[in-house]
Amino acid sequence: MRATSIIYRRELGTYLRSPYGWVIAAVLLLLFGLLFQGFAMSGEMLSAYVLERFFYVASGIPLVGGVLLSFRLLSEERQNHSMVLLNTSPVRDSEIVLGKFLAALTFLAIVLVLSVYMPILIKVNGKITTAQVVVGYFGMLLLGAATLAIGLFASAMTRQQLIAAVVAAALVVVMCFIHLLGSKVDPPLKDVLEQIDLWWVHYQYGFMKGILHLKDVIFYVAATYFFLLLSIKTLEAKRWQ
Amino acid sequence: MIRASNLSKFYGGKRALGPVSFEIADGETVGFLGLNGAGKTTALRILACDLRPSAGTIEVGGFDAVAEPHEVRKRIGFLPENPPLYADMIVTDYLRFSGELRGMTKPEVKRRMPEILEITDLTDVANDQISTLSHGYRQRVGVAQAIVHDPKFLILDEPTRGLDPVQIVEMRNLIHDLKQNHTVLISSHILTEISQTCDRLLVLGRGKILGAGREQDLATSETEIRQVTVVVRSPGGDDPRGQIRTVLAAVDGVKAIADPYEQGGGMAFALETAKDCRAEVSRAVVTAKLDLLKLDYARSELENTFIRLVGGADASN
Repeated sequence: MRATSIIYRRELGTYLRSPYGWVIAAVLLLLFGLLFQGFAMSGEMLSAYVLERFFYVASGIPLVGGVLLSFRLLSEERQNHSMVLLNTSPVRDSEIVLGKFLAALTFLAIVLVLSVYMPILIKVNGKITTAQVVVGYFGMLLLGAATLAIGLFASAMTRQQLIAAVVAAALVVVMCFIHLLGSKVDPPLKDVLEQIDLWWVHYQYGFMKGILHLKDVIFYVAATYFFLLLSIKTLEAKRWQ
Repeated sequence: MIRASNLSKFYGGKRALGPVSFEIADGETVGFLGLNGAGKTTALRILACDLRPSAGTIEVGGFDAVAEPHEVRKRIGFLPENPPLYADMIVTDYLRFSGELRGMTKPEVKRRMPEILEITDLTDVANDQISTLSHGYRQRVGVAQAIVHDPKFLILDEPTRGLDPVQIVEMRNLIHDLKQNHTVLISSHILTEISQTCDRLLVLGRGKILGAGREQDLATSETEIRQVTVVVRSPGGDDPRGQIRTVLAAVDGVKAIADPYEQGGGMAFALETAKDCRAEVSRAVVTAKLDLLKLDYARSELENTFIRLVGGADASN
């Protein structure tokens, strides 16, 4: 895991040094801040409901940010030929994937932390529990982790960054609305499709409302693990080609 | 020691390399010479564990490159055609990253850094961002990342590609310095670069080894081309072509005479010979009472050898 740490530091440094990461952070925070102002703060509502709507709007940060932060992670390395350095170093594919994933997750966590002023505003002006806020953010972090893993998998598949971005975005959108397909088919496929829904079923019915279900946590961890594993296997297959 | 045995690589159904077998002893500097598409890069990428061979075995420093790639990777420094650089990093950070990836500890990299910067002449740009460097400096950073962990084997794929003449000389000097402490493998299609840098050559063509050995060994084979060019004038001013051709054709060792052309007030004849027969030619010309204005001799240089070997491969395919 030593190589994971080395790659993690380099990758996080890239996010923090270059304007790329900060531009994404700024745009996401501005966009979802405006949406929060217009959507969650409109009219008189219970503060707990306002917070719920905040988490509804803010879930766009891990979803959109996850795709934007991950699609280039491996495809850019291939496009810029820097992948050769990793490929010809005594580094395992899992260490490469994990190092990059953790760096992107750390940066996403920083962006999420920067949005915390919005729930603080709600808490100052209303009555919400800290636990509800913590659960909501935990959900967003898990949602972001799964999205990053999907984006990383798309990035592992191709050297073309644009294709990686489109594939990552398409996979995330499909995974977010796959429950709609579930309503059109019969069990047991219906149950399967509903249970693998990334956003609607596991986020909106639980974390968004401040409810922590173990099954939701397990789902996100499993989805993240699954796509990271796919990324590692894809990288393994491509490393020697 | 590097030992390749029946090494082949296919891309889909297309053969890119092999089967080739060769050995490279420790401390040697070996040049992989060949035209574009000859299989040089494929061979070097396999040696650097960047590419898995389709068939055959490759052993580097006693380790099988397929079975134990990490052991081989620890012992190899690789500069691909396009240096694997991160444009957003500064030079020292990048070299630190490269060294740590190859298993060096932070103190080891720190101790090694001044030496690496000095060897590769990067001290002046050590704190510059890689994106701001010229092509020549980037190439040097590429070499620096390949040697930062002091590997036993150094693989350089077209190290002078895209460099200007001054940079080429600088790179050649750098490689000459690196030869002292590393087994160096260089690929190039630039003949002078290879001939001035390498102890031994592997001439590749269409994925196969067409010739191997020292430059002299390759050049002194039976089919070596030697050329004597003689410029002759008739004292009487008449056209001596027919007479001279007869005289020269009778000289022992002359295999062929090309069509003459005018040069320096006389007629120039290019003779393809089996040996150095300048003495015989000059004697024959003087005996025939002709004026000998000029006599040039050219042994088969690497360029001729290369063209002959590659030409042979093309003819056989």
